[in-house]
Amino acid sequence: MIPGQFDYHRPSSKQEALQILGELGGDAFPLAGGHSIIPMMKLRLAAPEHLVDLGAIDELKGVSIGGNVIEIGSMTTQHELLTSSELSQACPIIQETSALIADPQVRYCGTIGGNVANGDPGNDMPGLMQCLDATYVLESNSGAREVGARDFYNGIYDTALNEGEIVTLVRIPTPAAGHGYAYCKLKRKVGDYATAAAGVILNMSGSTCQSASIALTNVGDTALYAAEASDSLAGSDLGDDAIDRAVSLAEGITSPVSDMRGSEEYRSKMAGVMVARAIRLAAERAS
Amino acid sequence: MNKQPSRKEREAALEGIGTSRKRVEDPRFTQGKGNYVDDIKLPDMVHGDFVRSPYAHARIKKINTEAALAVPGVLAVLTADDLKPFNLHYMPTLAGDVQAVLADEKVLYQMQEVAFVVATDRYSAADGVELVEVEYEELQPVIDPFTAMDKDAPVLREDIKDAKEVGGHGPRKHPNHIWTWEAGDQKATDKAFKDADVAVEEMISYQRCHASPMETACCVASFDKINGALTVWGTFQAPHVVRTVAALISPLPEHKIRIIAPDIGGGFGNKVGVYPGYIMAIAATVVLGIPVKWVEDRIENLSATAFARDYHMKGELAATKDGKITGLRCYTLADHGAFDACVSASKFPAGLFMICTNSYDIPNAFVSVDGVYTNKTPGGVAYRCSLRVTEAIYMVERMVDILAQKLGMDPAELRMKNMITPDQFPYTTTFGLQYDSGDYPAAFKKAMKAVGYDKLRKEQAKMLEDFKAGKSRKLMGIGISTFTEIVGAGPSRVCDLVGLVGTFDSCEVRVHPTGAAIARFGTKSQGQAHETTYAQILSTEMGIPAADIEIEEGDTDTAPYGMGTWGSRSTPVGGAACANAARKVRAKAQKIAAHVMEVSEKDLEWDIDTFRVKGAPDKAMTMKEVALAAYSNVPEGLEMGLEAVEYYDPPNFTFPYGAYICVVEIDTDTGETAIRSFYALDDCGTRINPMIIEGQVHGGLTEAFAISMGQIIDYDETGNVIGASFLDYFIPTAVETPVWTTDHTVTPCPHHPIGAKGVGESPNVGGVPCFSNAINDAFAALGGVHTQMPHTAPRVWEHAKELGLVA
Ligand SMILES: Cc1cc2nc3c(=O)[nH]c(=O)nc-3n(C[C@H](O)[C@H](O)[C@H](O)COP(=O)(O)OP(=O)(O)OC[C@H]3O[C@@H](n4cnc5c(N)ncnc54)[C@H](O)[C@@H]3O)c2cc1C
Repeated sequence: MIPGQFDYHRPSSKQEALQILGELGGDAFPLAGGHSIIPMMKLRLAAPEHLVDLGAIDELKGVSIGGNVIEIGSMTTQHELLTSSELSQACPIIQETSALIADPQVRYCGTIGGNVANGDPGNDMPGLMQCLDATYVLESNSGAREVGARDFYNGIYDTALNEGEIVTLVRIPTPAAGHGYAYCKLKRKVGDYATAAAGVILNMSGSTCQSASIALTNVGDTALYAAEASDSLAGSDLGDDAIDRAVSLAEGITSPVSDMRGSEEYRSKMAGVMVARAIRLAAERAS
Repeated sequence: MNKQPSRKEREAALEGIGTSRKRVEDPRFTQGKGNYVDDIKLPDMVHGDFVRSPYAHARIKKINTEAALAVPGVLAVLTADDLKPFNLHYMPTLAGDVQAVLADEKVLYQMQEVAFVVATDRYSAADGVELVEVEYEELQPVIDPFTAMDKDAPVLREDIKDAKEVGGHGPRKHPNHIWTWEAGDQKATDKAFKDADVAVEEMISYQRCHASPMETACCVASFDKINGALTVWGTFQAPHVVRTVAALISPLPEHKIRIIAPDIGGGFGNKVGVYPGYIMAIAATVVLGIPVKWVEDRIENLSATAFARDYHMKGELAATKDGKITGLRCYTLADHGAFDACVSASKFPAGLFMICTNSYDIPNAFVSVDGVYTNKTPGGVAYRCSLRVTEAIYMVERMVDILAQKLGMDPAELRMKNMITPDQFPYTTTFGLQYDSGDYPAAFKKAMKAVGYDKLRKEQAKMLEDFKAGKSRKLMGIGISTFTEIVGAGPSRVCDLVGLVGTFDSCEVRVHPTGAAIARFGTKSQGQAHETTYAQILSTEMGIPAADIEIEEGDTDTAPYGMGTWGSRSTPVGGAACANAARKVRAKAQKIAAHVMEVSEKDLEWDIDTFRVKGAPDKAMTMKEVALAAYSNVPEGLEMGLEAVEYYDPPNFTFPYGAYICVVEIDTDTGETAIRSFYALDDCGTRINPMIIEGQVHGGLTEAFAISMGQIIDYDETGNVIGASFLDYFIPTAVETPVWTTDHTVTPCPHHPIGAKGVGESPNVGGVPCFSNAINDAFAALGGVHTQMPHTAPRVWEHAKELGLVA
C-alpha cells in the first residue's frame, strides 16, 4: 500500500500537458481523478516515473450539448455528469450509469476521461459509450484524431491510445427524442464493479422496435458491443421470444473470468439477465 | 440554603445501571481525536515492513539483502538467521504450539513473514522490501484440510515432525495432525442413534473468514538502553498477557516491560494473539536502540493475521418420530493453517464447542474435533464470539432445521418441543455445563408473536405457489435461531491462558477526597465503551455520579493484572470485579460515615448516594462527604484513604440467550437476497446501558450478516489467498445493512454481583444461523436441504440451479 517513487507535474494548459507527455513518453501517465491509477500504484502494480496531473486544465472540463451531439470534456467528473441538468434531459442513461459507479467520494474525483481511457473491463463508461456509439477525441503533441468507442478497446489495459496521447473529449450523438434507455448493473454491494452489466438504447415506433443498441460490461477482456443482439431486436415487438433471442446472442459473446463475483457460467448468465431487464425497462421508458 | 435535590434528581445525576448514558468515548472518536497506535510518533522513530512469501509452501534457498540495504534510509534487514542466536525465530502461541516469527528455512503459507526491513520512513521501508531477493524452491502444498492426513500428504511442520503432541492435547495421528479433542458419552450417544426413529446428517461447513477490525494490527516498540526497559504500544486486547509472554521469551524481567494499549479501532478477537510484527518491532528496537513502528496494511491484515472459523462439522441429530431430540453427534475437521495459533483456553483446544446442545434438552451427545495443519495462515480466533461457540451453534441450529424438514414439522414447533424449560434451571447439560438462568420458551414465544410468525408462513406459502405457477421468480425464507451463549471466561479452575494465568479479571477503585474517583481494569475496550458502562456500575454501587469517575485500561504499569477483553468477558468478569471493588469501598465508607455521625454502622442505611441513620433520615452523609472524611477523619484502627481492589474469579460462565427471526426474499434469477426484516430478542440479564446494548446488537448483527452473506477468505489450489482486500472481502455499508428490530427479556444471572451476562457476541452467535436458516428455508419446500455459507448471489444461484429452478 506504499507506492514507489514518482515525479509529479501539474500543467495548466492542454498544450503544456501534451508537451510534457510527449517528452516523457512511456514513463509518464496522465493523472485524472486518480481513483484507478493511485490504487494500482499503491499495490505497486503500476509504477509510473511521472504523473502528469490534468486537474488544473479547465479546457478539458464541462458538458456542452448542441444540435445532435453531446460533448463532454475528459476531465469532467462523474459528480458533474450527475448534476448536469442538460444531460438529464438529453441523455439520461449517462446519469443512470454514473450513479452506479463506486460511491460519492469516488465520483467527486473520478472523470469520464479516466474511466474510458483506463482500459479496465470493470469500468462502466466504456460499455455505455459503445452503447451510445460515442467517439473519443485523442490528442498528442503531434495532433488530434478520433476513434470510435467501439474500436477503442483491444484488451485488458490495452486501448488505441498511443504514448503521449490523451483523451480530450468524448463526443456522443444525441439519442433521438423518446428513446428508451436502461443501464442495469448487478453488483455485490455499493461501490463494487459489475458482476455483469448491460446498457440498452431503444428507438421505438409504436410497439415495434426500430433500432436497438446493447453493450455489456465486465464479461470479457473489454466492454462489449453486442452487435448481433442489437440487430436482432430491430423490427421485433420486444416480446419474450425476441428478448430471449437477444439474450442468448448477447450471452454468446461473453467470456468472463471466474472470480469472487461468480463462475464464468454465472457471470455470462447474469449478462443475459441484465440484458433482458435493461430491454424491458428501456421499452417501458420509450415513448 | 439550597433546596435539597429530590431523589429523582439525585438518581438522574448518578447515571447508574439502567441509564442510556451517552458514550463518553464518542466525543473523541467522532471528532477524529482518538489516540490510536498509528497516532503515536516518538522522536527518532523508524518504520518496519515485511518481506512476505509469494508461495504457500516452499523451501527458502537463499536470501540476499544487499540491494535492499543499499536503499537510502534502510537501516536493517532482519531474517530468521539474525533471530536464531536469541532463539527468537519462533514464538509460543496461545494454543501451546510455536509459530515462526520469520520463516525458518521454509515458508508455510502465502504472505508468511520472511524478512523485516527497518528504515527511517515508511516509503524507504517499502522500497527495501521490494529489493530483498529470496530464492525459493516450491513444494507441494496442502490446501484442502480433508487431504491433510492422507498417507502421502507432504509433511508441513518439519520443526515438530517428531513431536508426540502439540499443546498437551494427546497423541497425533499424522505429522499434519495437531490434536483430537472429544467430549460427551460416545456409547450412550451411539445407542441413542441406534434406537432413534429418525436421524439426520449433514456436512455443515463454516467458512474461513476474518474479523477485519477497522484498525489493522500495529505497534510501536521503544527500548530504553540505559534503563533496560521496554515500552510497547500496541492494539492488544489483552495487554497483561502480552507482557507476561514477553517476559517469558525475552531476557527482560517483567517489571521492565510496559505494554500500553491505547484506543483500539476494533478487535473482534483478531487482536488477542501475538503477531510476528510485534516481536520484530521489539527485536529491532532492542538492536537499534530507537523506537520502531510497525503498521500492517489492509491486505496484510486480511491475509496474514489470524483468521476465524474454518470448521467443517458433520452434524447428526437423532429423534423420535414426534420430534423429541434424543442424541447429537458431531465430527469436526478444524483447519488451523500452518501453526496452531488458535485462541483458546489451554484445556480446550476446540474452545467451548460443548455449548452445541444449545437451548435444548438433549440427553445424549458426543463431539470430536481433529485439528490439522494446512498451508494457510494460522489463526482460529473467536470472531465476535466465545471460543468456537458460533461454530457449535451454527451447526446445531442448521441441524434442527434439517431435522424439522425431515420430520415434516415446523422448525418453530420442533424448537419449542425440545427447549429447556424454566423449571429445569439451574440446568446441567449432558456435557456438564451448568446453565445459570433463563426462560427460553417465553423469549421464543415473544419473538414469534412480535413477527407474526403464522402470518409469515402463510405469505411464504403464497409466494411459493406463485413461483411454482411461473408468476414470480421470488422466494421467501424464514430463518429462526434460538440460542444459548456461553461467555465470561471463566472460572480459573477450568480456564486459563498459556497454561499459566487463570481467566479472572480485576478492578481497582480509588475515591479522591472531593468525591471524584478513578478506576482501573485488567480488561481493554476496543469500542465497547467500557469508560461509559464501568462508570455506571460504579456509580450505582458507590453513589458517585458516573461523570465523576475516570475509567482507565490498557496500561500494564497502572492497571491491575487482567486477562483482557474477548469472549464477552468484560461485563461478566470485569464488571463483577468492578461491582465488588465498589462494594468494598462502600463498606469502608459506611464505617467512616458511622464514625463521623457517631452512630453504629448497623444503624446506617444506604440511599443511592447517601448513608442515612435509620429512623432519623435527616441525619445523613453523602458519599461525597464521606470521601473527604476518608482523608481526614477515620475511626481508630482504620487506614486513611478510600480505595479497593478486586480480583474476581467467576464461579461459572454466564449464559446469555436469545431468539432471532429473519425474513429474506430471494431473486432466483440472480441469486440476490434481500433481508426484509430481522427481529432480535436478547436476554443478557441485567441491562447496564440499554443504548449501548442496542448498539452492540446492531454491530453484532451486521457482522453476522456479513459473515453469512459474504465474508470468506479463500485459497486456490496452489494456496494463493483469494479475496483478501476490501474489493472482495464483504464489509457491508449502510446501503446493504438490513434494518434491525431489537427486543429483550431480562433474566438476571444468579451468580453475578449485578446479574449481568454480557451481550456483545450474542448477535453474532445467534445471527449467523438465523440468516443461513432463512436462505435454506426458502428452498426447503423445493427440495433444498443445505447450502454452504457464505450465501453470496452466485452461490444461491448455483443452489437454485442444482434444484432445477433456473433455466
Ligand atoms: C472503490 C472504488 C470503486 C469503483 N467502482 C467503479 C465502478 O463500479 N465502475 C467504474 O466504472 N469505475 C469504478 N471505479 C473506478 C473509478 O470510476 C475511476 O475513477 C476511473 O476508473 C478512472 O477515472 P479517474 O479519473 O479516476 O482516472 P485515473 O485513475 O486518474 O486514471 C486512470 C487511467 O487512465 C489514464 N488516464 C486518465 N485520464 C486520461 C485521459 N484523459 N487520457 C488518457 N489517459 C487518461 C491514467 O493514466 C490511468 O492509467 C471505482 C474506483 C474505486 C476506488
